[in-house]
Amino acid sequence: MYREKTKLMSNGSRTALAPYSVWAALFIVVPMLFIAYYAFTDNNFNFTFDNISRFFTSVSNIKNEDGSVSEVHTYLLILRRSAKLAVISTIICLLIGYPLAYRISRAKKSSQKTMMTLIMIPMWMNFLIRTYAWMTILQDSGIFNNILKALGLGTVSIIGTETAVIIGMVYDYLPYMVLPIYSVMLKMDKSLIEAAQDLGCGSFSVLKRVIFPLSLPGVLSGITMVLIPSISTFYISQKLGNGKFFLIGDAIEGQYVANNLHFAAAMAFILMVMLLVFMALVKYLTGHYLYGGENK
Amino acid sequence: MDKIIELRHISKAFDGETVLDDISLDIHDNEFVTLLGPSGCGKTTTLRIIGGFEYPDKGEVVFMGNKINDLPPHKRNVNTVFQKYALFPHLSVFENVAFPLREKKVPKDEIKVKVQEMLDLVMLSGFANRRVTSLSGGQQQRVAIARALVNNPKILLLDEPLGALDLKLRKDMQVELKKIQKSTGITFVFVTHDQEEALSMSDTIVVMSEGKIQQIGSPTDIYNEPVNAFVADFIGESNILDGIMLEDRRVKIDGHVFDCLDAGFAKNEEVDVVIRPEDVDIVSEDRAALLGTVTSVTFLGVHYEIIVDVQGFKWMIQTTDFVDVGKRIGIKLDPDAIHIMKKSKYSGKFGDYSSFSDEMDELSNPGGEIE
Repeated sequence: MYREKTKLMSNGSRTALAPYSVWAALFIVVPMLFIAYYAFTDNNFNFTFDNISRFFTSVSNIKNEDGSVSEVHTYLLILRRSAKLAVISTIICLLIGYPLAYRISRAKKSSQKTMMTLIMIPMWMNFLIRTYAWMTILQDSGIFNNILKALGLGTVSIIGTETAVIIGMVYDYLPYMVLPIYSVMLKMDKSLIEAAQDLGCGSFSVLKRVIFPLSLPGVLSGITMVLIPSISTFYISQKLGNGKFFLIGDAIEGQYVANNLHFAAAMAFILMVMLLVFMALVKYLTGHYLYGGENK
Repeated sequence: MDKIIELRHISKAFDGETVLDDISLDIHDNEFVTLLGPSGCGKTTTLRIIGGFEYPDKGEVVFMGNKINDLPPHKRNVNTVFQKYALFPHLSVFENVAFPLREKKVPKDEIKVKVQEMLDLVMLSGFANRRVTSLSGGQQQRVAIARALVNNPKILLLDEPLGALDLKLRKDMQVELKKIQKSTGITFVFVTHDQEEALSMSDTIVVMSEGKIQQIGSPTDIYNEPVNAFVADFIGESNILDGIMLEDRRVKIDGHVFDCLDAGFAKNEEVDVVIRPEDVDIVSEDRAALLGTVTSVTFLGVHYEIIVDVQGFKWMIQTTDFVDVGKRIGIKLDPDAIHIMKKSKYSGKFGDYSSFSDEMDELSNPGGEIE
């Protein structure tokens, strides 16, 4: 259906799109070409694969807990760690966000507005401030531990752990999961739900057999919108992880600050390619599942 | 015939606005019942109450002897064909029809047989693997019917299912629905605002207006013996005049006395007189009591539809003879052309052909009450 629309697009709407096309070219396409250009050149702008191969081959020694030393692929380790934290955060966002979006979409119109506003309010605040707020909440003498202490439960050390980083990511990116799922559910034809009830489905079955499959496009864009910023984040890990969890975003930032633009670009390029491949794969699988793989 | 559904004194309001006002209705086994009325008359709400999508504020819904007021839709042996079909876009034609069977965990090979049987019934045998979004409106309609019938419900509810189809397709579907109903023996409750559809398909028509049932009867009863001006006007075309029942079988219209077939009214009772446009004979002036001037002539193929001004009241007459605009004609009424009705709150609202729609009346009388 969309394809037909594109075909039918008139010259008028092309003209109307022109400013956006120019904008997109200048601020999206050109910078990406620069990243690619920098990624494949050395400091003298001669073509090279060195930056790329450095990412895959660079090794360093780390000290294990028992004091022994082992050799690891530096950046692959960082990438793996980033991916792990991002995937965990995305899954938690999905587990919290999906039922939340579902609940909101089925609430009264007036309460829907209030609930959506409540979810979006944190987004109005600066990301750095939000992260600092979590620092004060989670630090060893912070609000969270004070509450635990007051309840006589002792204290826990959260700041500087993976848990703290994940909490920060989930908090920051949850709205990006809720919004697309909510809007898909809102648009869903209510008579489909009634049809499912009519055909014998109890509420869980309606959710499983109709609402969930039809909301998959929303879930997919929610996953995209959470996974991508959380895999490339650098600030949350520095502040809430006490710098112990050096992530790929931190690595890129570090190289950039140290003026190693070519290697920073190479890492950004690799990350981008990996994400694109991943998203294409997810999209293909979802489409396959949604429409039985035919007529695609 | 056994009663399948009994609605007893059902009332329902949305946000304080009464939609159904003390409705009572029996629906029998193997019956094709049509709920007919203009939009907002409560017909769809009645259907949704039977389906379990709305619960009545007052009254009882009785299904084969058991009260089912609060039973949710998935526990009722009733299935619905929705207005816009409500097919699941993520499933194939086959899976749409198989949907209720999978819910009941019917064995796979049995599902295959049953779905195929249903697709054969609605003549979609070759379409099993198609995506429902690739089907035409008529084909989607057929899938919706197959899906609703595969569970073999006691009652099939159809909510204006043919509304989105073009005229010819609609006629075909009418014939086919009737055939399916006969061959399956399932009770159909059909909602429509199209009187022609109702007349051609139904065993029983329930005419509704403003949340109340106006008349229940067979198509011929409803057409020939409407109980009030609303029914007479809604089903077919009718001229509705004020009359006085002088005695049994004698009625006075416009100062002239006519013989009729109706009896049982009080002496000199004021009544509404219904005269169908096709029952009027046009004769020369000297042979008739009522005289009028032709004000418009419309050619409709089968016949002409002419509007005749008789002492300020606009009659509609259908005739196969051409009559010129401006001509004086005589109107002759045989006794069986006249149908007498009791006065009701609808008296005087319908039956004059100065204009065809209420909207036109409003335009010519802005701000005023429709008379």
